[in-house]
Amino acid sequence: MELDAAKAIGAGIAAIALGGAGVGIGHIFGNYLAGALRNPAAAAGQRGTLFLGFAFAEATGLIGFAVAMLILFG
Amino acid sequence: MATTETAGEGHEEKVIDPIHQFVITPLFHDGPLGLFTFTNSALWAVIAVLCAAALFLLAPTNLVPTRLQSIAESIYEVVDNMTHEILHENARRYFPFVLTLFVFILFANVLGLIPYSFTVTSHIIITLALALTVFIGATIIGFIRNGPGYLKLFVPSGVPVFLLPLVVVIEIVSYFIRPMSLSIRLFANMMAGHMMLKVMAGFVVMLGVTAGWLPLFAMVGLTGLELLVAVLQAYVFALLTCMYLSDAMQVDH
Repeated sequence: MELDAAKAIGAGIAAIALGGAGVGIGHIFGNYLAGALRNPAAAAGQRGTLFLGFAFAEATGLIGFAVAMLILFG
Repeated sequence: MATTETAGEGHEEKVIDPIHQFVITPLFHDGPLGLFTFTNSALWAVIAVLCAAALFLLAPTNLVPTRLQSIAESIYEVVDNMTHEILHENARRYFPFVLTLFVFILFANVLGLIPYSFTVTSHIIITLALALTVFIGATIIGFIRNGPGYLKLFVPSGVPVFLLPLVVVIEIVSYFIRPMSLSIRLFANMMAGHMMLKVMAGFVVMLGVTAGWLPLFAMVGLTGLELLVAVLQAYVFALLTCMYLSDAMQVDH
């Protein structure tokens, strides 16, 4: 029983990683928007870079999610 | 709305089991999975390939595009722009590979959103196979085109000498972690999204007719978000494939 409780707590702690991903994604999109409003002409060309940065930031959080799932169900 | 039906699947009083949807089962006979067992995963991979082929083969080629034709053309255009932006003069050579990858992942992701279907890309073995194809392929192409000079990829120019050992180690680690991050990103996104939908659908069933409407409306929004994620992850996978190929093309970063 204690193992189950510890598993649930561990999975909860692992899910904190998603908070970091949220901060990172917000940072990327916010800065993109700020830059795009200053120079709208250059915005379209950087959309690929935007999604690349989004993907990198999200990946770190999702690794935390995958760890949580492994703890719970693995 | 139909997704809500899948939540209670088979067990009434039991707690919702968000993992159940990812179970791989053989289709035509029982027993253990062998190397050539035709499973539900394989079935949906075949369906994805057939849908993708049908889209590109059946779309008419009119001057004024029909709906089907404009879907096919915009997919083609997205990949064409991406390869030209990143690979420049080598774009035409690798365009078919990137388009194939993009279309397969796109269809596998989007078809997985249909209730009772199976998401092929929600299993790490599928995405790891795709990512390793890209990684090993890009490495071989890099060595063929640059010879041993491809190793210069690990030694960025303009780095102070005393920092060089550290930077080289970091570059090597980040190079070999590429297939891992590429595959985990796709599989974790797909798995997380589908589990979130299933948990939310469980809330609808648990709260019943009285308060179940709230999570139901949330589910409509979440399904829209999942559609976005499905397309975006296919795009990101294709984009990173292009980046890795462009690293293999010229080593001067």
